[in-house]
Amino acid sequence: MSGRLVYHLNVSVLGRTFLRVQRWQAEQRGASGWKSQHLAPPLKISPRVKELVARHWLEARYANLHRKVAWVTSGAPVELLKALDYCVIYPENHAAICGTARVAVDMASEAENAGYSRDICSYARTDLGAMLSGKTPVGKLPKPDLLLACTNICQTVLFWYRVLARHFNAPLVLIDTPFVYYEKASEHAVEFVKRQLEEAVPVMERTAGRSLDERKLQEVGRLSRMASQLWMEIMQRNHHRPAPITAFDQFTQMAPVVELRGDAATVDLYAAMLKEVDERITRGIGAVKNERKRLLWDNLPIWYRLRYLAEFLGEHGVALVASTYTNAWGELTALIDPERPFESMARTYTYPILNRGTGHKLATMKRMIDEYHLDGAILHSDRSCKPYSIGQIDQRDRLIRDCGVPALLLEADHNDSRCYSEEPVANRLAAFVEMLG
Amino acid sequence: MTASRDERRMTNSVCALGIDVGSTTVKMVGVDAEGNLAWHLLEQADPRVEDQVERFLARAPCLSPPLAGGMKGRLFLVATGYGRKLVRPAARQVTEITCHAKGVYRELAAKRGGTLVDIGGQDSKVIGISPKGDVTDFSMNDKCAAGTGRFLENTANRLGVPLDRMGEVALSASHEVSISSTCTVFAESEVISLIAHGVAVEPILRGLHRSLIKRVVAMIRTVGLAPPLMLSGGVAQNQAIPRMLEEETGEKVILPRYPQLMGAYGAALIALEM
Repeated sequence: MSGRLVYHLNVSVLGRTFLRVQRWQAEQRGASGWKSQHLAPPLKISPRVKELVARHWLEARYANLHRKVAWVTSGAPVELLKALDYCVIYPENHAAICGTARVAVDMASEAENAGYSRDICSYARTDLGAMLSGKTPVGKLPKPDLLLACTNICQTVLFWYRVLARHFNAPLVLIDTPFVYYEKASEHAVEFVKRQLEEAVPVMERTAGRSLDERKLQEVGRLSRMASQLWMEIMQRNHHRPAPITAFDQFTQMAPVVELRGDAATVDLYAAMLKEVDERITRGIGAVKNERKRLLWDNLPIWYRLRYLAEFLGEHGVALVASTYTNAWGELTALIDPERPFESMARTYTYPILNRGTGHKLATMKRMIDEYHLDGAILHSDRSCKPYSIGQIDQRDRLIRDCGVPALLLEADHNDSRCYSEEPVANRLAAFVEMLG
Repeated sequence: MTASRDERRMTNSVCALGIDVGSTTVKMVGVDAEGNLAWHLLEQADPRVEDQVERFLARAPCLSPPLAGGMKGRLFLVATGYGRKLVRPAARQVTEITCHAKGVYRELAAKRGGTLVDIGGQDSKVIGISPKGDVTDFSMNDKCAAGTGRFLENTANRLGVPLDRMGEVALSASHEVSISSTCTVFAESEVISLIAHGVAVEPILRGLHRSLIKRVVAMIRTVGLAPPLMLSGGVAQNQAIPRMLEEETGEKVILPRYPQLMGAYGAALIALEM
């Protein structure tokens, strides 16, 4: 049987039907989710989000049979690969899935046993462990034909992707985005990134076995922009009190804007989600039923304790209204210009929050506290994500001093539960909630 | 640093109770209608927390008005400390941060607020208190034993100095040696090495106290020092601690009459307000 036939049988016929039935059943059952009665049920659209993401991983499982596969970092210029019809895999998203499924430590241990230090990012260790052991909760990860790493999120990806390149014997395209120390990136920095993008195209084309179609690139850019715009609007609906969704909801609903950016289905999904969020506002439904206090979250989520944190805060009438993390996938919308794809990609991928100074993050947090009418902030000091965590002690002090709101530093790790101690976290959170009044 | 049991009754009228189930000791305090400390009981912590709580309740004086019937059949009792969730008869569980602040504010900082340092057996905390008595900020050291009472306890054992004489011995030293390690386990190794080199006990002890205080001062800087600087928790009974804290901060340190009871006292005050 040809690869294409196997793919269509497993994905288009059996897999998609199964996922559709699963979604339909979930919709019929009504949204379950939180065990706490203090939280509103998850959005009705949640089963559709789950179906879309599951379909992506199902397609990925069989992708090697008929398409080229690229593994990319979360801040990579994916539009080029989408326009060349690559199946795009985000190892960071895969690691987050492992985190929520609570298998990340098992997989990270595989990497540690092979000699990778526990001081390396837990996303990297989770994925390197998956690579070495073949373990994954998504069935099977396809082998990459191309690797694309962009340094706009951290420097770890440089070394991580070199390991992947050696292991899979795949070409590695590296986009180096100069750090933005001040308000604006210099024009020569943008030009430098733009040239790298242009130079990457022939490598991508060669592996894909096809030429880049400029119109297709523009179309992908347009869809990318629409998805980011809708995502931003969904988050901004939380200006409303009570907030219709929490940042915890956003953490679980953000997967498509990260890994399926540039797809029409993602735009449709977020348009429908925005509609449902608006309905919640009209009907006065808050994600936390008795919203008393509103908080900001800084840094990545603690994937393996999302439910615990959401329910603990919810029970005390505390809503996590906004987060710098989910905001990062919407705040750059204005920079995306499908008509000038290379220049716009160069700018968009130079300006992510992690590629900018700590002062910029502080200013972003201050603005969010003001815009979302927040009563305080929780800064997750994430052992694994140094670029996100550096400066948090000063940022916390400045938020207290300049915004007059209490702020809490919570020590944990986004994926490695061995770096998380429940009792101290619970004690600090409880004291913080008491302090909020 | 404490006797195995310490019980004292100041007045006959007890209106509300607070219990602090800490890692090293369990404390229960009763307050009168004005919020004055009327009775207290202190024991070393028993691993069977629930049994110990029951014993404490059995010894607690009768409440006036009588105990039963308050707060929907629950006692006018608030629990705090790491074991607070195991105090099932309590009407509320409140963190040590809020309770210590409440107790110390009433004792020492009424209408002016200040900065409270609480050094317990398992953790240490610095709490900012507003002139109204609200907690404005806090910092906790609960991951590393080197900032806690356990740090001194561990090394005191090694030096053969009784816990209740540690402060006195440390202060008697004419000079001190620097303990470079910030980890309790490795500090012990360092102490062993110093003893092996013939260094006297007194300067080692003084150096150990300095190491602990420097950690606490770093936490004070995080919260910000707004005078007065106050000290609570069992370790406050060690006379070297307030003295060296004054040396490091340049700020006078004031102590409540019963530093160890402040958590339970604050809990009792919260119970009284219910």
